[in-house]
Amino acid sequence: MSEREILLSVSGLKVTFDVYPHGAMPWTKPRKLKAVDGVDFDLFAGETLGIVGESGCGKSTLARAVARMVPASAGQVLWLGKDLLNMDSRHLKAVRSDVQFIFQDPLASLNPRMTVGQIISEPLRTHYPKLSRGEVKATVKDMMDKVGLLPNMINRYPHEFSGGQCQRIGIARALIINPKLIICDEPVSALDVSIQAQVINLLMKLQKELGIALIFIAHDLSVVKHISTRVMVLYLGNVVEVADAKMLYARQRHPYTQALISAVPIPDPKIEKGKKIILLEGDLPSPLYPPSGCVFRTRCPKVQAICSIERPKLETLDDGHKVACHFHD
Amino acid sequence: MLLDVKDLSVQFTIPDGSIQAVKNVSFTLEAGETLAIVGESGSGKSQAVFAMMGLLAQNGRATGSVLFNGKEILNAPLKELNKVRAAEIAMIFQDPMTSLNPYKRISDQMAEVLMLHKGMSKADAVKECVSMLDAVRIPEAKARLRQYPHEFSGGMRQRVMIAMSLLCRPKLLIADEPTTALDVTVQAQIMTLLSEIQKEFGTAIILITHDLGVVAGTCRETLVLYGGQVMEQSPTEDMFESPTHPYTMGLLHAIPRLDQGGEELATIPGNPPNMMNMPKGCPFSPRCEFVVDQCASQMPPLVAVGDRRRACHRTVEELVV
Repeated sequence: MSEREILLSVSGLKVTFDVYPHGAMPWTKPRKLKAVDGVDFDLFAGETLGIVGESGCGKSTLARAVARMVPASAGQVLWLGKDLLNMDSRHLKAVRSDVQFIFQDPLASLNPRMTVGQIISEPLRTHYPKLSRGEVKATVKDMMDKVGLLPNMINRYPHEFSGGQCQRIGIARALIINPKLIICDEPVSALDVSIQAQVINLLMKLQKELGIALIFIAHDLSVVKHISTRVMVLYLGNVVEVADAKMLYARQRHPYTQALISAVPIPDPKIEKGKKIILLEGDLPSPLYPPSGCVFRTRCPKVQAICSIERPKLETLDDGHKVACHFHD
Repeated sequence: MLLDVKDLSVQFTIPDGSIQAVKNVSFTLEAGETLAIVGESGSGKSQAVFAMMGLLAQNGRATGSVLFNGKEILNAPLKELNKVRAAEIAMIFQDPMTSLNPYKRISDQMAEVLMLHKGMSKADAVKECVSMLDAVRIPEAKARLRQYPHEFSGGMRQRVMIAMSLLCRPKLLIADEPTTALDVTVQAQIMTLLSEIQKEFGTAIILITHDLGVVAGTCRETLVLYGGQVMEQSPTEDMFESPTHPYTMGLLHAIPRLDQGGEELATIPGNPPNMMNMPKGCPFSPRCEFVVDQCASQMPPLVAVGDRRRACHRTVEELVV
């Protein structure tokens, strides 16, 4: 793995939000909500890192912090070896042309008063202002063709498109300036099954052609398994397990991942009947009052005394599998 | 037979004309059974049950017949309908937050159902509510009854909705995408709860969903809708093993599965039909890979073969790539 180029290197990243209690006075000290609590990972060029976890586990915040869309409170993010968190805005702009976003709600992420051509060309016009209008238009049409939109739709508005087509517009906008990394924040969860498959195939095809790296956030584990090379499992802002997608789905070492994967329904009645689901008790604890020690201990079937005292470290097992649990398999 | 739906159609009048959201849907349901209605957004799955329950928007009109225990409930007068709703047919919705009243304590909202339908006193009703919250496994039911909806998590809210819908011991529970807004771990909790409840109370369930995985685990019988019409109906196991309709086949191949690898997902080309201009014949014909001339002009009839029904001009043997 070491000879591949490391695009992004994140270490000890923390994001905290200030939350004021009900009836706070101007001098009241806010409580700290730890949305992301010390996350480390490396992202290699051309790979797909899947991030999974329940809602509220900090997957989106993590992705946003990596692109400096929310300020990180501690830690380090290195983009091609350069410190991203303390970068001045001029250098940041150059990085931003390399890192693009695709959002969950396809319609909400497109400006309703701009035509498709304007939407897709906006990054191009921002980052390469010297391009002539003809060049911009040609590039946009070329890109629309690539993502499966008819180039003659260039003057239409977003509301004239279906959800799947809007997501294609979002993908075209992200791709137009040849980024090295695209962060996809639940790009297919708002789409129907038949359309979802189209968008996933498109993303995978484009990734192969262009060699882009993807950070793919989703709560649908089957989709993540399909598209990712590596998968990171988050729980309450903490990484609980990181492994190659194949390895992780073949054998989970952390009790949370085991429960998560067993809960995914498989569209085959015969398998479903014999399947044993590990049911987790209760709900995700509030990130305002996280449990002491291991954050998962309140719902963990393997919990013991040490779990409430000591927070387990993310340790690397012999096969490259990383897991944070005192009693992992 | 608990429920007998015949030729149910739903039409909406809009300024530009009319939209046929549901067209000639028929199915039956025995007491204590589970039926899944599967379809993509816009397939008319929700509107079909809204019509049954008299919940259509004002510009909607339903035709056909819905017999519940032998009694016609479609377009029944409100007074009649209110005797059946909640007391005998209950419904839970996709988003539990929007179906609970944010201004009222859970106790008030739940007790209201019993006071209205059973004429109970408030004290008795609250007692019943506590035992029902226990039944849906909400810890410290008594204390939580005093709270407001926003103090519950998504999964807990859905439990409250289920408890509320079961208060009058309905014979039929309609669940409209009950787990779509929830995480997988919570989804597993809720689906397990629903099947336990079904065993305990003997309630029949209509589960409306787009998630074929959920269907596989819970339902005996599955009905597939597309463009407001029934494409296929069969026992769930048979349908997953040998789908007989091109749409069902496409759907089953298009979902990525945890237990299988594979490079590329099979896709169904094109987009779901536009309700404003539906294809004249089979609604799936523009996206179907087995399409023949007949499909574009004529809707195939729903033909029963054994305990399965399908609507397709091509025979099953012809549907091989």
